[in-house]
Amino acid sequence: MLSDTPILSLDALSKTFTLRPVFGRATEVKALRNVSLDLMPGRALALVGESGSGKSTVGRTIVGHHTPTSGRILFEGRDIAELTARADQMRYRQAVQMVFQDPFSALNPAHTIRHHLLRALSLHQPEADPETALRMILEDVELDPVSTPSKFPHELSGGQRQRVNFARALAVKARLIVADEPTSMLDVSIRKSILGLMQRLKDDRGLSILYITHDIATAEYLAEDTAVMFRGQVVEKGPTAQVVGTPQHDYTKLLRAAVPDPTLRLTGSDAGFASLARRVREESAHPVRALREITPGHVIAEHAEAAHA
Amino acid sequence: MSDLLTVDGLRVDYLTAGEPFTAVRDISFEIRQNEILGLAGESGCGKSTVAYALMRLHKPPALVRKGHIRFEGRDVLSFTDTQLRAWRWSEVSMVFQSAMNSLSPVMTIFRQFYDMLRAHGPITKADAMDRTAEMLEMVGIPADRMHAHPHQLSGGMRQRVALALALTLQPKLIIMDEPTTALDVVVQREILQEVLRLKYKLGFSVLFITHDIALMAQISNRIGIMRAGEIVEIGTAAQIVTNPSHDYTRSLWDAMPLLAKRPEGVAHAV
Repeated sequence: MLSDTPILSLDALSKTFTLRPVFGRATEVKALRNVSLDLMPGRALALVGESGSGKSTVGRTIVGHHTPTSGRILFEGRDIAELTARADQMRYRQAVQMVFQDPFSALNPAHTIRHHLLRALSLHQPEADPETALRMILEDVELDPVSTPSKFPHELSGGQRQRVNFARALAVKARLIVADEPTSMLDVSIRKSILGLMQRLKDDRGLSILYITHDIATAEYLAEDTAVMFRGQVVEKGPTAQVVGTPQHDYTKLLRAAVPDPTLRLTGSDAGFASLARRVREESAHPVRALREITPGHVIAEHAEAAHA
Repeated sequence: MSDLLTVDGLRVDYLTAGEPFTAVRDISFEIRQNEILGLAGESGCGKSTVAYALMRLHKPPALVRKGHIRFEGRDVLSFTDTQLRAWRWSEVSMVFQSAMNSLSPVMTIFRQFYDMLRAHGPITKADAMDRTAEMLEMVGIPADRMHAHPHQLSGGMRQRVALALALTLQPKLIIMDEPTTALDVVVQREILQEVLRLKYKLGFSVLFITHDIALMAQISNRIGIMRAGEIVEIGTAAQIVTNPSHDYTRSLWDAMPLLAKRPEGVAHAV
């Protein structure tokens, strides 16, 4: 690879949401607590966790939907909060693109695919011949370049629409794609093909991908590195082979054990699964006191005792 | 095992402006006593339509065109409204995908139990409260939560409440339409273990509908694979896992990224 500098680094990122209900006191929700992650260029980092673990908040903070409460986001070594010149901000927003979970609401139903992509092309690749560029991008995401441009979003399947969303990211020459559960609303039978598309974009075009998912099996399929989040904290991170293959943190082990395995029959006796799940959840919610390195690059969190929580 | 429910040549059409769309094409299967039958397939294959038709919950433009549904020999399609109301929940009940949408947001949990209990026979409030407490404890929810509204419970707890509601009148068949799809894997596992434990204790049959065939293989006795309104293959769970005979079943398996086999000697939870 070009360098050892991460394309994106999160440095002790925290985000607290304050909920102000119409009646009653405002409550604070600590969505992110000291999240530090590194995403290396040309690689995929999977961010795994249950709903409410804060993984989507990480993605939205990176693309600027939320401003962090504290901590820094470094893009190629530069703090994005210090990008004050408009040109620098534009450069960042162009380089980092998001693909959302819901392929049905991410496209404007009133416009054709050609409109969606040409707009992005004319803004970001004005020098290129638009029709040629359009064709190339559609070929890149394995859509038919002849029939697709004139179609409206409702004429495409969920998988095809998700491909259009990736095409749009390519049209603005994104270098980092934040993909927030891009396959979870798609049919099982086409999920793998979207994962395959991401893999190809990463391997052939050198795109970096932050892959946000609750599905540890797809993380193993796509990503070189994996980080596991629980209640706003990173509890384990490192090379996917180790994090998913030989998990060390209790929560990762629990997550790993709960993934449906067709060869393992469940019976009426749960062998203590529910009580284990309760204990692990409670322990893993405590603030992270320190990170312990298991093998080079493979890190797990050590939690403070209940008394300090 | 004898058959609890038999479906014979069921066809369900959706009436559209043009030609009617046939969502379920002349399918036949049976659910045996004390059996978990899985029904798997992609979105749009008709699996939920089957579930709704079995409970006669389908609404226009859906129309049962032909076929028979027999529950312990009785013809479900010829039930009167009164018979239907008595039959639903006491003999067959349903757990829907989204517990938030199947529970009323403006009623407490107890109120929803009380409503259902009263609809199926005279019961005092005190008795209803005892029964509700018993059912909530059974699915692992503290009894005092019966006075909570659904939005005060987590998604997993709501799905447990829906399960408790479905079990209260001790039905012989529970239809579960993607009961855990909206939940994360750990909660999903907890709820399914609960279903299996209760099934062992109470003895009921389950029609389990999901698109996750790996999950289905873990808990079903038999599995039917649906595509475009037809059951393309039906067999024991072991046979569908190890030796699927239809190409479509194989393609479903191939399409799923499965975790690599666990390395030997690695200790996993459970």
